[in-house]
Amino acid sequence: MIMHTLPERLEPMGQADHRSGADRVPDSDRFEVVFPADELELRQALAKAMTFLDTLSVPPEGRGMVEVVLAEIANNVIEHAYAGKAPGMIEIRIERRADTLRCVILDEGRPMAGGTAPAGKMQALDVRRADLPEGGFGWLMIRELTENLSYVRIGNRNRLEFTMRPAGPGKNPPAGS
Amino acid sequence: MQLESRDLDTTRLITAGGDRLDAAAAIRFKDEMRNLTHDGPARIVLDMSAVSFMDSSGLGAVVGAMKQLNPDQVLELAGLTPTVMRVFSLTRMDTVFTIHPDVQTALGDDYAHAS
Repeated sequence: MIMHTLPERLEPMGQADHRSGADRVPDSDRFEVVFPADELELRQALAKAMTFLDTLSVPPEGRGMVEVVLAEIANNVIEHAYAGKAPGMIEIRIERRADTLRCVILDEGRPMAGGTAPAGKMQALDVRRADLPEGGFGWLMIRELTENLSYVRIGNRNRLEFTMRPAGPGKNPPAGS
Repeated sequence: MQLESRDLDTTRLITAGGDRLDAAAAIRFKDEMRNLTHDGPARIVLDMSAVSFMDSSGLGAVVGAMKQLNPDQVLELAGLTPTVMRVFSLTRMDTVFTIHPDVQTALGDDYAHAS
């Protein structure tokens, strides 16, 4: 008996369906990794993701910014979504379409507060040394470096999706133009 | 993250030896910085030229390392790699720290005496 319907078909983590509409992204242009929500496991997952970006010849500056964004999002999952819960998994998916990387991050931790992704506000820096912020930079950078960011809770799962253009806008015209 | 410290005249030069200042390294980095700065001279220079990656946890630890200094001490940074520099500029933390292109520039004559 079906108890309820989900807004989107749920693939098991690690079994991403990369088809979207009629076009299918070649295997060489997509990447996925599933790993335990742990800071050292994250390092290894990021190393694999960066190796993938190297195969796409992403320039070093853009590569570094993708790594920062993925690290910030995964760290938030580790520190907040899974805080006080049994250790869970994180999945990172990356697809290259022309000059754009489409990234999806999945986890099965707690939903984001208020059901929305944080805005990432700049904090006051013209303050006494003792009052300088030591945190709150993560979402600021995520918001500055990504486009088309969306968050949705599906069942017991958080799904964050965004795009990045690691070569910078306009440097590589989309295929076919 | 391995940190090495040496004193050059009135400056303590601390060299970060690890390539990642991330969430996994941040707490130990900040603790080790406290150990290396609490009895130090007024000027501390942190050489970050070996650090290729830093996330917001690492940035928070660098800020924390400055906040835990004695009131008469300053922390200056040197040799930021492109990704690390970008994290400082995206968060405007580059306006809070004195950032030197490299250790030679940061130390000037002291560097000549040290080498």
